[in-house]
Amino acid sequence: MLDQPIASRPSETDAAQGPAVVRFAGDSGDGIQTLGSEFTKSSALSGHGFMTFPDFPAEIRAPAGTTFGVSAFQIQIGGDRVKTHGDAVDVLVALNPAALKTNLAALRPGGLLIADRDAFAKRGLEKAGYAANPLEDGSLDGFRLEAIEISRLTREAALPEGVTKKEAETARNFWALGLVYWMFSQDRAPTAAWLKSKFAKRPEIAAANMAAMDAGHTYGDVTDMAPPPRLRVVTPSSPRPGTYRTLTGIDGMVLGLAAASALSGLRLHYCSYPITPASAILHGLAKLGGDGVATFQAEDEIAAATAAIGASFAGGLGVTGTSGPGMALKAEALGLATAAELPLIVIDVQRAGPSTGMPTKVEQADLNLALHGRHGEAPLPVFAASGPGDSFETVIEAARTAVTYMTPVIVLSDAYTANAAEPWRLPDVDALADIAVDRDIDPEGFHPFRRDAETLSRSWAVPGMTGLAHRLGGIERSSGSGHISYDPDNHQEMTDLRAAKLTRIQAALPPAKVTAGADAGRVLALGWGSTQGALKTAVEDLAAEGHAVGHLHLRHLSPLPRGLAEIFALYDRVVVAELNSGQLRAHLQGLFPHVSFRGLNKITGQPFTVAEIDAALREDLS
Amino acid sequence: MNVINPDLAAPDTDAATELTARDFTTDQEVRWCPGCGDYAILKAVRGVLAEAGRRPDDVVFISGIGCAARFPYYLASYGFHTIHGRAPAVATGVKMANPDLDVWVVGGDGDFLSIGGNHLMHALRRNVDLNLIMPNNAVYGLTKGQYSPASATGMRSPSSPAGSVEAPVNAALLALGAGARFIARSADTLQDHLPGVLKAAQANKGASFVEILQNCVVFNDGAFEAVRDKGLTADRTLRLEHGQPMIFGKDRDKGIAVDWQTGTARVVPVGDGGPVYDVTDHDQTNLALATILARMDAPDLPLALGVLYHAPADDFTVQRGDAPGRVIGRADLTGLLAAGKTWTVGDADVA
Repeated sequence: MLDQPIASRPSETDAAQGPAVVRFAGDSGDGIQTLGSEFTKSSALSGHGFMTFPDFPAEIRAPAGTTFGVSAFQIQIGGDRVKTHGDAVDVLVALNPAALKTNLAALRPGGLLIADRDAFAKRGLEKAGYAANPLEDGSLDGFRLEAIEISRLTREAALPEGVTKKEAETARNFWALGLVYWMFSQDRAPTAAWLKSKFAKRPEIAAANMAAMDAGHTYGDVTDMAPPPRLRVVTPSSPRPGTYRTLTGIDGMVLGLAAASALSGLRLHYCSYPITPASAILHGLAKLGGDGVATFQAEDEIAAATAAIGASFAGGLGVTGTSGPGMALKAEALGLATAAELPLIVIDVQRAGPSTGMPTKVEQADLNLALHGRHGEAPLPVFAASGPGDSFETVIEAARTAVTYMTPVIVLSDAYTANAAEPWRLPDVDALADIAVDRDIDPEGFHPFRRDAETLSRSWAVPGMTGLAHRLGGIERSSGSGHISYDPDNHQEMTDLRAAKLTRIQAALPPAKVTAGADAGRVLALGWGSTQGALKTAVEDLAAEGHAVGHLHLRHLSPLPRGLAEIFALYDRVVVAELNSGQLRAHLQGLFPHVSFRGLNKITGQPFTVAEIDAALREDLS
Repeated sequence: MNVINPDLAAPDTDAATELTARDFTTDQEVRWCPGCGDYAILKAVRGVLAEAGRRPDDVVFISGIGCAARFPYYLASYGFHTIHGRAPAVATGVKMANPDLDVWVVGGDGDFLSIGGNHLMHALRRNVDLNLIMPNNAVYGLTKGQYSPASATGMRSPSSPAGSVEAPVNAALLALGAGARFIARSADTLQDHLPGVLKAAQANKGASFVEILQNCVVFNDGAFEAVRDKGLTADRTLRLEHGQPMIFGKDRDKGIAVDWQTGTARVVPVGDGGPVYDVTDHDQTNLALATILARMDAPDLPLALGVLYHAPADDFTVQRGDAPGRVIGRADLTGLLAAGKTWTVGDADVA
């Protein structure tokens, strides 16, 4: 979050205006994600802070109108303090009955519900399992319902552009977008430009969609559908000057890896096997082209990991990326990279498991696997990215660590961070530090396990270099010569050396720091990974009320940062919030037996809401 | 973009320096069982390397797990003893990072046909420029004698006391099915034959698959009688030579005639015993013939040795256009970060 604007404490007025949460929902064929990304872009260009949350089914094309085929996109827009996609939805757009059924629970009482009345006909209602039309039976009385004939109005607006009736009707997502643009006074021009270029070969389709968008906008104007008072969105008051872009967690990983390559001068070799949600990293890097970045779609997860190891052995920057089930398959390769002491980055975009689980949903349950899931004693660094921007920084730090200490590094992301988007201030590339690669190796007395006294890193000689030919392998090696050794004392020494590397890494990493709320007091809220936004928001709100609660977020899970024991001692209790059943808490309890830990845990495939954390922390504070 | 590590592009050793097998020999004590066929294979490999003249610094040996996987420790080149079955995948990564290297992959029948069958298949179909040599002893030696995917049906072993019921893999046929463009077969005992086959494999730019029948003296002694018993070899094997009639036998009195209609081969008498025009010429570019040759075996037909199939094509790194020296520079990175829609907070307008 380095490049996020520094949050200023909101005044009473700011809080009343607040940010707004909008959720678009429809069938997976309705273009909901397109709608979401266009609204995000327009929000960004209007200078809003935002965080998005695409919530789509794993099915590529589920049967139309079914509840399991519903695709949704949520965005929170507003001032500086937007750090999550928002808890309760202020405006829900439901394009069919199934979308209403699966998303209504998210709408806050009194919230605005915009529904396409035309889609609530007999067939659609039956498919969604409604016995009666909810738009007419009074069941939505607790909300502000705007049931609009969106399909008819779209058809009327789009047909004159020379498209078929079917093509005209598919533009209804843009009609809805136009209405929401009107509601938030946002500019339609960027979306119009995008439509023109997207449908350059079918200008009549572009025109139909633009006509629909304009019609939706006009509808708001003409009917004067006054927005609810909470929707007076404030623009950020104090963003840091600079150039911004929208960044997802996947973008952060892709650009971070590209940056690691540029900073180290090592050619990037990203080896991966398609798996949701990690595949998008492969797509992103493949799109950069072969010039400077090499991608390899391996035959399986094991080949992806071992090819990356091969690329590192030969002098490249070997990286593999996957999600939970794939991570399990790479375990043996991690042992090899640890034993051979080769740099390797392994990205695990966690999803809900076990087994196939829920591939598009979030969970932080691979932590135990990352920390402990290897044969033998094979300690290695485990870092976690706390958001899209932090993905960029974390992956660069992982590369720096892998190369500096000659070790595999695991980087944890998750399905939430991967797909969420936030505004990101572009870093000054010239200010990014080089990742030093020392290839100036003296052949005199060389052996592959000759070590740097400070980092304990071995010399990274690569095939092709003169006079440095050597053999590596998984069999235990003599610490003095690199030759095969079954000597008992040597195995102890090598095991200790591998562990000592982690200690050296810990010494070089920044110490732990409380980043929000009170520096000492009743409760420390501790988290890692994508829960950062919700935790920070909840803690800041509670601290503003005068509660003695602080927030500490861990990027470095192995080795843990220095100074944790001292910080823990400053609070009565440490609440460890994570989207698993308590993996980090159990780990910490073993390391800090005298600290009072409590777990705040959730495994629903959904991220924490601020309200959930707020409620849990209040329990500990009362 | 900038070019790094000029060593990657270093030229081969100057021609004046003659290399010998000794230049490829490490100081490591070779730890195979006395009488193991791997000794002979190692000797042949060292000789071929010396003759090929690549500097040891540009040669890489990658192996998996098993008896044969100890190869890298005994060769004074770069080497990597990896994990069971995965050597072809590791080697693919090596080749992507540096296409100039002469990369050899050594794996037994367990490595290549069993746990790593998938990786072998894909290295072959991608035509990665690797010399994949498979000492096949038709048994799991390092784990003390269980039957392997290459073992004959009925083989009794600690894990198949009543005899294995499984049909063995035909490695050459498997490689053909995977789309391999260089497939050869030889044997540990055939020191007048094996080096030539290895040399041809190394010369091929692409995936070269060489099955080397290898005797395991401890767990599967005599499995390949046809190549082990000098008295039988001439009559039980056929040495292939591209463009030459397929003639074999101690007295060179037998030939192989292919019936293209049925896709079968039969033995025909040659010389005093019959007309030579019945005998089919070996054509190593002929996929149909390679399929027939790969299947030939006792008792009716001789085992085909030599290059069964060789149809060169662009290798993987050429197809991919890998440029190992190309790395993103800071200027490229600046452009990448700003690609797409950006907006500026401060004095400038939306970009």
